[in-house]
Amino acid sequence: MTLHESVHTVAPAAARRGGMARRVLKNGQTTTGMALMLGIVLLAAIGPFLAPHLPTEIVGRPFTGPSDGILLGTDVLGRDVLSRVLSGGRLLIVMSVAATLIGLVLGTIIGVTSAYVSGLGDFLTMRVLDVILAFPSIVFALLFVSVLGANPVLLVVLVGVAHTPSVARVMRGAAMTVVTRDYVLWARSIGIPPFTILRAEVFPNIVSPLMVEAGLRLMWSVGTIAALSFLGYGIQPPTADWGLMASENRNALSLQPLSVVVPIAVIGIFTIGANLFAEGLGRIVARTEGAGA
Amino acid sequence: MASLANTAGAGATRTRPNGRRRNGMILPRVISGVIILFVVSIIVFFTTQALPGDLPRLILGVDATPDQVDALRVQLGLDRPPLVQYAEWITGVLRGDWGTSLVNGRPVADVVGFRVLNSFALIIIAMLIAIPLSFVLGVLAAARRDRATDHALFGVSVVVNALPDFVLGTLLVALFGTTVFRIFPPVALIPVGDLPWWHPASLVLPVMTIVLMATTYLYRLVRASMLDVLDSDYVQTATLKGLSRTRILFRHALPNAVVPAVQASSLVFAVSLGGLVVIEYLFGYPGLGTLLADSIATHDLPVLQAVILIIAATFFICNLIADVISARFGTRTRNR
Repeated sequence: MTLHESVHTVAPAAARRGGMARRVLKNGQTTTGMALMLGIVLLAAIGPFLAPHLPTEIVGRPFTGPSDGILLGTDVLGRDVLSRVLSGGRLLIVMSVAATLIGLVLGTIIGVTSAYVSGLGDFLTMRVLDVILAFPSIVFALLFVSVLGANPVLLVVLVGVAHTPSVARVMRGAAMTVVTRDYVLWARSIGIPPFTILRAEVFPNIVSPLMVEAGLRLMWSVGTIAALSFLGYGIQPPTADWGLMASENRNALSLQPLSVVVPIAVIGIFTIGANLFAEGLGRIVARTEGAGA
Repeated sequence: MASLANTAGAGATRTRPNGRRRNGMILPRVISGVIILFVVSIIVFFTTQALPGDLPRLILGVDATPDQVDALRVQLGLDRPPLVQYAEWITGVLRGDWGTSLVNGRPVADVVGFRVLNSFALIIIAMLIAIPLSFVLGVLAAARRDRATDHALFGVSVVVNALPDFVLGTLLVALFGTTVFRIFPPVALIPVGDLPWWHPASLVLPVMTIVLMATTYLYRLVRASMLDVLDSDYVQTATLKGLSRTRILFRHALPNAVVPAVQASSLVFAVSLGGLVVIEYLFGYPGLGTLLADSIATHDLPVLQAVILIIAATFFICNLIADVISARFGTRTRNR
């Protein structure tokens, strides 16, 4: 293990990481992004407890405007819009986070391994992933959902798998610049097991691009899953869900705009937060790399 | 832009110093491209043929006698081995015979044909607006780097790019179609047989949605590649020589932005194709996206297979073009 530790000291990334966290916390874009996401996550998490009505409870006539006790009016079936907004984010966010994690984990493993192996194995792996990449993610999901039906676990897996090739490409690109460095070549030459090299030498150097990807993937997971619900192939009625609400109430956009605008605004705030985080982090990484080179 | 998901890998192409090696990768990419499209067709066929339930029973309804169901099964070829079914289907597809729709009995090629036209018209009209607009905004942002204009454009692009397409589209409908102003029709119903551009007012909102998504992404690539040149040594020299800023911007920096912008345009075309499903559904526009949704709902297998195959093939070819340009010119499209 002493050998391994001495190898580690050659790697520059570990030393930079502490500075990275500080820069992320001091940056206006990343902090704003994280605050927006945190706000929406909190809303989705504790919202169901604050809701004045049950999300499926009929409280009045359909599409009535705001009134006493019904702050945001009623929806297509006369249910309380506020209660449905407060209850409608939990499943979407849990599913999006899960799909993002699947995509990141699979993509990183495949991308980094592919870069390390290089040559024919690398080429073939990337071409196999190209098959998934040939489908727009929403079409990919629809292809399977149309056959197997819309169930949340399947949706999460499909969106996660749809993310995998793109994540793998980015992580492969990032790992490519690391696996050719002297300390990695040296570690290979003295027979340190590949897994140890990947975990201890390569991975710490590609955490930053991975975090940028995490932000972007989360943004697209929410967008894709909400869009599938909007199309009727995602989260199913009568469950309260922001994407589904936009679809259920959209015929009354001029009559009761709040029933559509509020749910899509919450989705928008979350995805804007994720994008701000990814953009800010991307800039920090570019600046750090520029300064380090 | 939820559907950027699949192309972003290519969009986020990082600097690859070994440009020469990647040059040699073009032919294998094209050959493997053909193989991949073949694999895609296999996936599309076998996934959809596995549709749940008894397809002939679904079409004929519960009143049909078992004899009728069996007759239809034979007629649809569902009684034969799957591999034979696939072989017949794919040779038909390659010959231009896409089978007949199970819903209205018309040839799939006829059903799909005008939808392809409608969808491509929508994207192409949007691209014809988005590409010049991106160049104008990209040049503007590069010329006014780090000043108010640049920051404002960046702010708008971060927000607009983050919005899922149905959210952006619905907001535009609320703003211009129904709730705030009532300028443009909130739905884009094009009667059968009409060409989309006969109904320009109907096209405004769906086109605007795609233009906004595309421009906020494309202009940043134009800006980034302009800045690459503006930072380079030879432009520094040109500045020191006393060349005017305008001349430097348009004669030196702008041509450099063309290649990445073409590359990005093919990506954006691909992305719009994915977003199309949602945007067309939102506006009721009769294109490939709504046909896909309809054919899933009605279990119209031949149409479903054709639509997904067309979308996947176009999407794949756009991405391949972007990749090949990126390999050939060694451009990078990573946003700054």
